[in-house]
Amino acid sequence: MKLTLKIWRQDGPSQKGGLAAYPMDDVSPDMSFLEVMDMLNEQLIARGERPIAFDHDCREGICGSCGFMISGEAHGPVKLTTTCQLFMRHFRDGDTIIAEPFRSRAFPIIKDLVVDRSALDKIVQAGGFISARTGSAPDANAMLIPKDKADRAMDAAACIGCGACVAVCPNGSAMLFTAAKIGHLGLLPQGQPERRQRALRMVNKMDELGFGACSNHGECEAVCPKGISIDFIACMNRDYMRASATETMEPVKRV
Amino acid sequence: MELNAKIPAGPMETKWEKHQFNVKLVNPANRRKYKVIVVGSGLAGGSAAATLGQLGYDVSCFCYQDSARRAHSIAAQGGINAAKNYQNDNDSVFRLFHDTIKGGDFRSREANVYRLAQVSAAVIDQCVALGVPFAREYGGCLANRSFGGAQVSRTFYARGQTGQQLLLGAYSALSVQVALGQVKMYPRHEMLELVVTDGHARGIVVRNMVTGEITSHAADAVVLGTGGYSNAYCLSTNAKGCNATAIWRAHRKGALFANPCFTQIHPTCIPAAGEHQSKLTLMSESLRNDGRIWVPKQAGDRRNAWDIPESDRDYYLERKYPSYGNLAPRDISSRAAKQVCDEGRGVGPGGRGVYLDFAEAIGRLGESVIRERYGNLFEMYEQITGENSYKQPMRIYPAMHYVMGGLWVDYNLMSNIDGLYVIGEANFSDHGANRLGASALMQGLADGYFILPCTIGDYLARVSPSDRLKTDHAAFRQAEQDVKDRTSRLLSADGTRTVDSFHRELGALLWNNCGMERNEKGLREAMAKIPLLREEFWRNVKVPGSAADFNQSLEKAGRVADFMELAELIVYDALDRDESCGAHFREEHQTADGEAARDDARFSFVSAWEFKGIGQRPALHKEPLVFEYLQLTQRSYK
Repeated sequence: MKLTLKIWRQDGPSQKGGLAAYPMDDVSPDMSFLEVMDMLNEQLIARGERPIAFDHDCREGICGSCGFMISGEAHGPVKLTTTCQLFMRHFRDGDTIIAEPFRSRAFPIIKDLVVDRSALDKIVQAGGFISARTGSAPDANAMLIPKDKADRAMDAAACIGCGACVAVCPNGSAMLFTAAKIGHLGLLPQGQPERRQRALRMVNKMDELGFGACSNHGECEAVCPKGISIDFIACMNRDYMRASATETMEPVKRV
Repeated sequence: MELNAKIPAGPMETKWEKHQFNVKLVNPANRRKYKVIVVGSGLAGGSAAATLGQLGYDVSCFCYQDSARRAHSIAAQGGINAAKNYQNDNDSVFRLFHDTIKGGDFRSREANVYRLAQVSAAVIDQCVALGVPFAREYGGCLANRSFGGAQVSRTFYARGQTGQQLLLGAYSALSVQVALGQVKMYPRHEMLELVVTDGHARGIVVRNMVTGEITSHAADAVVLGTGGYSNAYCLSTNAKGCNATAIWRAHRKGALFANPCFTQIHPTCIPAAGEHQSKLTLMSESLRNDGRIWVPKQAGDRRNAWDIPESDRDYYLERKYPSYGNLAPRDISSRAAKQVCDEGRGVGPGGRGVYLDFAEAIGRLGESVIRERYGNLFEMYEQITGENSYKQPMRIYPAMHYVMGGLWVDYNLMSNIDGLYVIGEANFSDHGANRLGASALMQGLADGYFILPCTIGDYLARVSPSDRLKTDHAAFRQAEQDVKDRTSRLLSADGTRTVDSFHRELGALLWNNCGMERNEKGLREAMAKIPLLREEFWRNVKVPGSAADFNQSLEKAGRVADFMELAELIVYDALDRDESCGAHFREEHQTADGEAARDDARFSFVSAWEFKGIGQRPALHKEPLVFEYLQLTQRSYK
């Protein structure tokens, strides 16, 4: 296949960026998108040009490192797929493909396609956990969890934290990411003691970090490589409302 | 050098409990005065950093990824073992211990493995408490599946994403400690040097991967949980960033490297599609519960899988190993696949593949049950190959996956450098010459949640925080200078070949000469070629960009430079170990029916290598392996 890649190049956070075009020959339909990027980088280095910076690691769709906008869609045109698992057989000979970073106020650009997503870690640090000190756990079967509940919790827990939901949201909201964690832990009996504080802490932190609110566009669900349902946002809103009515937010502290 | 594994005396069943009583304790009020560095945030590093934070130590945790949650443990699919006997199928601590020692072909330490089996149950409890959504039965109890090398069902799982869920559990525990200020997290930081003075680990030198800044960090103890070195082989199932730099830098500073040639090839990976292949993708071993492995009986049979009648198929694992069948251990299954492909019976492009067929299970259980069990794996397979495995068999081939070798540690998980601890895949301790499926997650979390947090106190109680070096100490200044010199050497070579091209050549050399089967001639050939390749690398590598910047080519160059040195050690060890055991299969040593022939009289020891300089023969130290509870037998899975 022959393709033209148009890729966002930006030297650093405060520099101006722009698209640069790279014609590519000899692309095999069995190559992944990132393997085409590898090939391009080898060519750029050989020509004495600066290779394209992009985040990637496991290349099997689970670590959440990779991800950029591919011709306007987060992770590209194939549903339920991360950028690293996108194969060239989904494109046509002669296509022009545009790659841009995940853009959002809370995701500053580091270089080219690399963005800083540490805001997502901060949301989890605010309350996305069950405080269970190592060694304090009862026998694993002491707590029975109905299969459908466990399965539903797993549906939410499958989030890989790639940030695609934020990048495509017109409001730059991290609601799907946050709701997935609140939904996962809130469905489990172990998650109940901190359930309300969790909702307050995570949602408030999300606002504080500059993420927008949800206005039910549903873009997030549509691009989520793990198919996290937008229903979890409704669950989160319920948790948040209930918590707001009954409790005030407390900071995370030691006993 | 006398290697003292410090295995506690007394009966196996009570060693760990007695040891927990005998170790020195650090008073809770004093713990905050101690600084501990944890490098790596995977199952081992993440759980250790979280637990050390809970105990009250002042912890700094470093990882090269942009978030602690992305460590490569996340990619583990199939499950985690524990001796719970929830299935009432005769499992026990002793059976898990037995299976692990036997699976490792009697090349691991009894005391360590017994402790691992003992701790395994608490690991599951802890994960559930943290909210890990393990698979459940309808009554609400935890479900189990079977894995290779075991005849009981002791593997706990969360769909095909067990590693992800366990890691997110550890990451959430870590996040609490970060929120409390007990752990300071340094993502996008890579450890490039270990600082040692007077035989004690004093801290590390790291590079900020965004700004290029080189900084020193001092501590009272350093813990390495940086994973394995499979990427020395270039194509492996590891993440692209996985590297040996932390352990290799420690090795160069005196830490012994144990059993480097014990490298595991995983039998069920998606075959390479071409020259462009950048990594190999694992298909969980759990698939072998329901998938049957076969190749055509006749070499050169090019018919489509569905056109080949039963009578023309060879279910070679079921034929050769009737009692374990498709669940034979990894080393045995991998070698068997290679053999049938060498006979010309392989399938798919290039003939390097065997079928993993679910037709029988789908017929017996229905497609929905198979979808429930392995749906995400089937999807992943289809994404990569474009083939639907509900309709046609998967094609699989072995790939480099995991390393049993790693830095030598004693029973306390401390290396021979005082205050340097090594946990998870980065150490050598528990899996002998072959790891059983679902045991890596068990070991990583056992080390991080339970073992290290106990044993590290014993060391810390003997040192004083007032003796901690300042980062302006000459030893730190020197280490920083070494890092900068090395970086500028890489950048200034300005040659004609990219880092990737060197990495591919090194990987191919190791795979062909020190892969699934090894012989003296091939190993000697690799031994001759590696130094030449390394010499060319330093002379002719082309690394663009600068050191004071986000520079992924530079990161890669540093890692490959270390693989170039490590590769030679792997080959030294493979050559020196003139026997076959587990994943280390020397063609010269096999039984009449082609199984690994151990030589217990000569090789019942751990090979611990001491660095003597680049290109110099490393010095071998031996830790004898003594088996008091299990009898050394020829492994049989027939």
